[in-house]
Amino acid sequence: MTSGDHPARPGEVSKAMVSHAIAPRSSGRPWTFYVLLTVFVLYVLALYGPMICIYILSFQDVRGGLVFPMKGLSLHWFVDLFTQVRTGDVKGAFERSVKLAVIVTVITVVVSFLAGLAFRRRFRGDGVVFYLMIGSLVAPGLVLSLGVGLLLHFIGVEGSWYTSAVGAQLSWTLPFGVLVMFAVMSRFDRAWEEAAYDLGATRWQAIRLVVVPILAPGIVAVALFGFTLSYDEFARTLQTAGSLNTLPLEIWTMTLNVTSPSLYALGTVTTIISFIIIAVCLGSIALIQKRRASNVPAY
Amino acid sequence: MAARDGAFGWLYISPLMLVLVPFFVAPILVVLAASFFQSDGFGGIITTPTLQNYFEIFTSGLTFNLYLETVKFTVLTWLFSLIIGFWVAYFLVFHVRSPLLAIGLFLLCTVPFWTSNIIRMISWIPLLGKEGLINMALQRLGVIHQPLEFLLFSGFSVVVAYVHQLTIFMIVPIFNAMARIDKRAVEAALDAGASRFDIVRLIVLPLSKNGIALGSIFVVSIVMGDFFVIKVMSGGGSASVVGALYEDVGVLQYPSAAASAVVLTIVVTLLVTAILRTVDVRKEIAR
Repeated sequence: MTSGDHPARPGEVSKAMVSHAIAPRSSGRPWTFYVLLTVFVLYVLALYGPMICIYILSFQDVRGGLVFPMKGLSLHWFVDLFTQVRTGDVKGAFERSVKLAVIVTVITVVVSFLAGLAFRRRFRGDGVVFYLMIGSLVAPGLVLSLGVGLLLHFIGVEGSWYTSAVGAQLSWTLPFGVLVMFAVMSRFDRAWEEAAYDLGATRWQAIRLVVVPILAPGIVAVALFGFTLSYDEFARTLQTAGSLNTLPLEIWTMTLNVTSPSLYALGTVTTIISFIIIAVCLGSIALIQKRRASNVPAY
Repeated sequence: MAARDGAFGWLYISPLMLVLVPFFVAPILVVLAASFFQSDGFGGIITTPTLQNYFEIFTSGLTFNLYLETVKFTVLTWLFSLIIGFWVAYFLVFHVRSPLLAIGLFLLCTVPFWTSNIIRMISWIPLLGKEGLINMALQRLGVIHQPLEFLLFSGFSVVVAYVHQLTIFMIVPIFNAMARIDKRAVEAALDAGASRFDIVRLIVLPLSKNGIALGSIFVVSIVMGDFFVIKVMSGGGSASVVGALYEDVGVLQYPSAAASAVVLTIVVTLLVTAILRTVDVRKEIAR
C-alpha cells in the first residue's frame, strides 16, 4: 500500500492528497506493514517450526524419546524403521505409494488436460459435469471410501491398491487437476490455436505442437497436484486399498501403535520424497519459463 | 468451429466422466441403497428395505452431540483460518512491493500443502506435549509452575492442527481474488480520503468475497468429513461424526454406517450450497 494516511487536518488535506498522488510509494512503510509482517512471519514459523522439530528429533540415538531435549545423534531410528517388524512393512508401503502416485499422476494429467480443453467453451450438460466434479471434491473421503468398498463387496471383486484405490484417489485428484487446468487455460490465447488451424494443422497437430508446449508449465503444476495429493491421500484409500497398506495408511497405523522416534523418522523420509517432487516440479516450471524468456526472437 | 467443438466437448470430457461415474456417483448411490438395508451382524447385508437405520440416528441423543462437537470444531477452524488466511493474503498482495518476492513468499506458504497431512499433525506433539517445548519454555521463564495440560490431546490441539493444515485453502483463493483487484481503485479511494480501514472494509473485503467463499467451502467440507485429526489430537477425548461412522465400519455395521454417511453428506451438501449461494464459484474459477 502507499505511505501512511496522515490524519487530515482542515487545510492540509489537499497537500496530503497531492503527496499521495505524485509519489505514493516514496516514503516509509505504514505501521500496518509491520503488524502484518509480524503476522506473516509468525504464520510461516508455525507452518514450518513443528515439522522441523520432528526432523531434528528423528536423528536421536537409541535413548531418544518423543520430546526435546535431543538424546544423542544417530541414524538409529531410520534403521529401526526399515528393519523392525513392529513398524510394519514400511519399505513395501513406500514402493506401493510411489507406484500408485505415478499411475494417478499420469491419468490425472491426461484427463484434466482433455477436460480443460472441453470446458473452454460451453457444451450441453457442462453445468452437470462441473457440479459432479465439485461434489466429488467436497464429498467426505471416508463416505466415498465406504461406497467404493461396498460396491466392490456387492459385485464380488477384491479391491487392491492398483485398481480400486487408483479410482478412489482419482475422484479427488481429478477435480483438483481440472480446477488448476481452468486457471492455466484461462490465460491461453486461442488465437495461437486458430492460427495453427488456418495454417492447415489437424486438431491433433494443433494440440501437440501448439497447445501443449504453451501450457507446459501449467501441466507440470497439475502433475505436482496429482502426485502429492495421491502420495498423501488417506481417507479415500482406507477402504479401497485391499489388504496391502499404502504409506499414509502405514503412518496412520503407526500413530496409533508406535511411540518411538521411528515415527518421526518415517515423517522425515516421506517429507524428503515430497520435497524432491516439489523441487523437481517447481524447478522445471522455472526452467521452462526461463528458456522461453531467452528464446524470444529479436525482431 | 463451433460445431466441431460441440461434438468434441463430450469426447474430451468422457474420460473424466469414466472416473466420476464409477468412483463418485456409483459409490454414493451404493451408500444410499445400503442405508435402507439391514445388517446380518457379520458384515453381510440383508436386502430387506427398512428405515430402522435412520430411525436410530434421529432418535439417538448421541447424534446431536456428535454434530454439535463437529460443528464446533468446523466453526472454530473456519474462523481462525479465515482471519489468518485473509491477513496473510492481504500482506502478500498489498504490502509486498516486488511481485516476484510476493510469488516466492506465496510458494513458501503452499509448500507444506504438498506434504503429508498426518506428519504435519503429529509434528505438534513435541511442541504441545506435557514435556513439550512450549511447556518447558514457559516453566523455565517462570510464567507457569505446572505444565499446561490443555495444550495437547484437547480441543485446543485439534483446532491448532486443523488451522495448521487448512489455512492454505483460505490463502490461495483469497490471494487470487485480491491479486485481481485493480490497484487504481485503492489509490482512488486513498485520494478521496478513505482511511486504511475503509479500504479494507469497502474495497478489499467485497472484492475478495468470492475467494473467501471458495476457501470456506474447502475448510468446512474437509473438517466436517475428517476424523483422524480429531481422533489423534484430542487423545480420544472428542468424537466426530465421521469418527463414529468409522467405528461402525470397524465392527462391520455397514448399513448404519451408510445411513450416517448419507445424513452427513446431506448436511455437507446443504452447507456448501449455502456458501455457493453467496457467489458464482464457477465464474470465479473459470475466468
